[in-house]
Amino acid sequence: MRRGAAAVLPAVLSLSACAAFEDKPKGPPPVAINEDPYPSTYARYPGVPTIIRHATVFDGEGRQINDGTVVLVDGVIQAVGGPELAAPAGAQEIDGSGKFVTPGIIDVHSHLGDYPSPGVEGNSDGNEATSPVRPEVWAEHSVWPQDPGFSRALMNGGVTTLQILPGSANLFGGRSVVLKNVPARTAQGMKFPGAPYGLKMACGENPKRVYGSKGNMPQTRMGNIALARQTWAKAAAYKRKWDKYERDGGEMPERDLAMDTLSGVLAGKILVHNHCYRADEMANMIDMSHEFGYKIAAFHHAVESYKIADILAREGICSAMWADWYGFKMEAYDAIKENIPLVHNAGACAIVHSDDPNGIQRLNQEAAKALGDGIRAGIPNLSEAVAWEWLSRNPAKALGILDKTGTLVAGKMADVVMWNGDPFSDYSRPQMVWIDGALMYDANDPKRRPVSDFELGQPGEGDTK
Amino acid sequence: MSGKRLSWWGMAGIVCGVSGALVGWKANAQTFAVVGATVALGDGSQPIQNGMVVVRNGRIVAAGDIRMKLPADTQVIDARGKWVTPGIVAGFSRLGLTEVDLSAQGADDSSADGPFNAALDVVPAINPLHSTIAVNRADGVTRALVAPNAGKSIFAGQGAVIDTGADRDPITAARKFQFVELGETGSAKAGGSRASAHVLFRNALREAGELRRYAPAVAASRGGWPDERDRPVVRNPNESRLYGADARRSEDVLLTRFDAAALVPVLQGRQYLLVHVERASDILQVIALRKEFPSLKLVIVGASEGWTVADEIARSGIPVIASAVNDLPAAFEQLAATQSNVGRMRAAGVKVSIGMIDDNDTRYLFDERQYAGNLVALQKLPGATGVSWGEALAMITSRPAEAIGMGGEIGSLAPGRRADLVIWSGDPLEGFNAAEQVFIDGVRQPLDTHQTRLRDRYRYLPGQRNLPEAYRH
Repeated sequence: MRRGAAAVLPAVLSLSACAAFEDKPKGPPPVAINEDPYPSTYARYPGVPTIIRHATVFDGEGRQINDGTVVLVDGVIQAVGGPELAAPAGAQEIDGSGKFVTPGIIDVHSHLGDYPSPGVEGNSDGNEATSPVRPEVWAEHSVWPQDPGFSRALMNGGVTTLQILPGSANLFGGRSVVLKNVPARTAQGMKFPGAPYGLKMACGENPKRVYGSKGNMPQTRMGNIALARQTWAKAAAYKRKWDKYERDGGEMPERDLAMDTLSGVLAGKILVHNHCYRADEMANMIDMSHEFGYKIAAFHHAVESYKIADILAREGICSAMWADWYGFKMEAYDAIKENIPLVHNAGACAIVHSDDPNGIQRLNQEAAKALGDGIRAGIPNLSEAVAWEWLSRNPAKALGILDKTGTLVAGKMADVVMWNGDPFSDYSRPQMVWIDGALMYDANDPKRRPVSDFELGQPGEGDTK
Repeated sequence: MSGKRLSWWGMAGIVCGVSGALVGWKANAQTFAVVGATVALGDGSQPIQNGMVVVRNGRIVAAGDIRMKLPADTQVIDARGKWVTPGIVAGFSRLGLTEVDLSAQGADDSSADGPFNAALDVVPAINPLHSTIAVNRADGVTRALVAPNAGKSIFAGQGAVIDTGADRDPITAARKFQFVELGETGSAKAGGSRASAHVLFRNALREAGELRRYAPAVAASRGGWPDERDRPVVRNPNESRLYGADARRSEDVLLTRFDAAALVPVLQGRQYLLVHVERASDILQVIALRKEFPSLKLVIVGASEGWTVADEIARSGIPVIASAVNDLPAAFEQLAATQSNVGRMRAAGVKVSIGMIDDNDTRYLFDERQYAGNLVALQKLPGATGVSWGEALAMITSRPAEAIGMGGEIGSLAPGRRADLVIWSGDPLEGFNAAEQVFIDGVRQPLDTHQTRLRDRYRYLPGQRNLPEAYRH
């Protein structure tokens, strides 16, 4: 990364230097482009001051507190500690004896809303597979907020935040959107306030299969890389043009929505989420990021991260992984069950992700499998408390929202799950889920159970799922 | 510990003390005993603390809360702190048919371009050396019902029961069942409607019924529905291949002769018919087939909406191999899907077991124990219906075997069963735990896989290296 930044820096500096000698801009002042034209309208729902006592707490920072106390006030975490913590005035007290409290799970890779249930053609909105380069599309414009899958992820999975990505047919799939898992009438109503955008990129088999089979580029992995590089070169030129305009004014350059997104990546405002299975391909993508001066936030489906975990640690790139998916295509052939703990062990950022409307309901159990495999492989210093980092802290980091959520730290959003048992057990389920301090699910209260519009009046409406 | 033969128990304690000497011991098909473990029999009963399993010549002699005198040369495996169960029986799978699913030649699970359907037999397609078999074996899956994928027809072909042993003979029971799609997939295969699928189904059975073995040419002109004497006699389902050139058929046929002949044992109730349906109304249609074709030995596969018609299924006595944790309206035929489906069917008296249809059924059969654990979890969820631990284990061991009449052979630790057993690091319905030793027909299995070899190669990423990773093996 450092190398990449250095390569771009001189160009920027020299332009700034020239500008410094100009007396004033040549043309009319630049028109500011609205970078947030579909803004979040999410507002937290009302909650009551809540204190959970006597629970086992995993704070998401690697710590376990026995007989722990968690205090939620005004939508934020007010305090986390032991039995000594005092209850705020008028707080509802919840006995967490035998229960576990964790940060809400964050799924960094979901297609809820853009590949919703029912999975019929009319609902299939995840891949704009009309060109391998489609950074102009935004996943939020495909998200159907009535996807029943959101409620399953909440009630069964304890998922409070999730990133919805475009599919991986394209080298540049488009922008992602980060959502709060709170039902709304519009996608804007679910958008996580202040979360940066992501760009979905893909390497490997999917783009070359989708376009190669049509006789178009890319048909090979070298075609993948060539087309991606050419695109970044264009984006760099586009950015130079706009940087100059924004500095000097003058004739407004033509806007290109695809290049807007890529330009945002080069400016560090949009985070790259790169679908990439194989270690050798990840290495190519890393070099590409250096060549053009951007940062990869995370490799997704990174089944071979264990082969280059040292490199990923050095580069500061997260790996979003499954516990045990393997072999469904060639690039997944070398998947191993210790991938997640081995990445963690190398000091790199490990994330458990789903990419699946069923898997998103069991991410805690996936972490449990990876934890068990890691311990059996002799990886030191693993524990349930440490493994919880894979489920909330690290995904929050990859999404650029770790300052807002992902761990139980005073002042952060009160996105909290109380489990009816150890969440690393297949026998446990969420008991209560709070998002921004509002109780969005309560296993004991059928009225605290979201039912999507699609399910109203249908068989099984409002059932436990 | 309520064992009656304390004298043996004392002896076991002594043997356990020297169990370290057993390292490297290769189990063969002789007598051995597993002692000290929590033993679950797989028959629906709850696990037994400090139990024992005795195996002789590849079969279970006894298991559970037993104490028995063992021959002096009995090998004893100390499994204190461990759990022992029957090996997992994958209730519905495509295991062993495909190495890699996508963009890799060699998949054998469907025959979309071939001319045959019901006549297809998965046996020649199964490769016991597929990595999928090794990976599942290493996670305690010892047997699987293997079905072909439907190609162009609603009939997918004949499925088998296999073991996952590291040998060249995977077949436990060839041509054990025919598999047919009669729900949304069946509709698509039949040209776009369930109505068409059902007519195709009935026509296929008609053609099977009209086949006359060795019938003289003149007899074909007699027309009409053949009487019982004319019905072909098939001892082995795959005898269909033997139909001679003189077997005559009417002009009014859609199936090839092989496909029609393959359905004869289905029609006669000599071969199970696994029917994939999800929607409540589709399930009721399958139950209704019983009236029309009383000999059919039906098994329903999938049944996401089964709980809404659980009483009807229970009355029919038809077993169900259900998907355990489907809870999304993934298709319009699954609107009522809930994880309580299995528990509610079970509570209504349906014979339920767990399968993996269309849920990564080629390779993630090891998820069945996690799913079974999730069904146990539902017991604590208000409004949901779960199953007991013992029943959950049975649903991934003995129940699927019973669904196809093989409960006397595999799936439990009852005396006389094949000695498929797994020693687990702990409770096997917890995904955290792993299989430590796996026996199939009493033979201890290797648990190394492509994956474990890769893990060992990359366990320690090198700083200074003398040679590339490729030399680390």
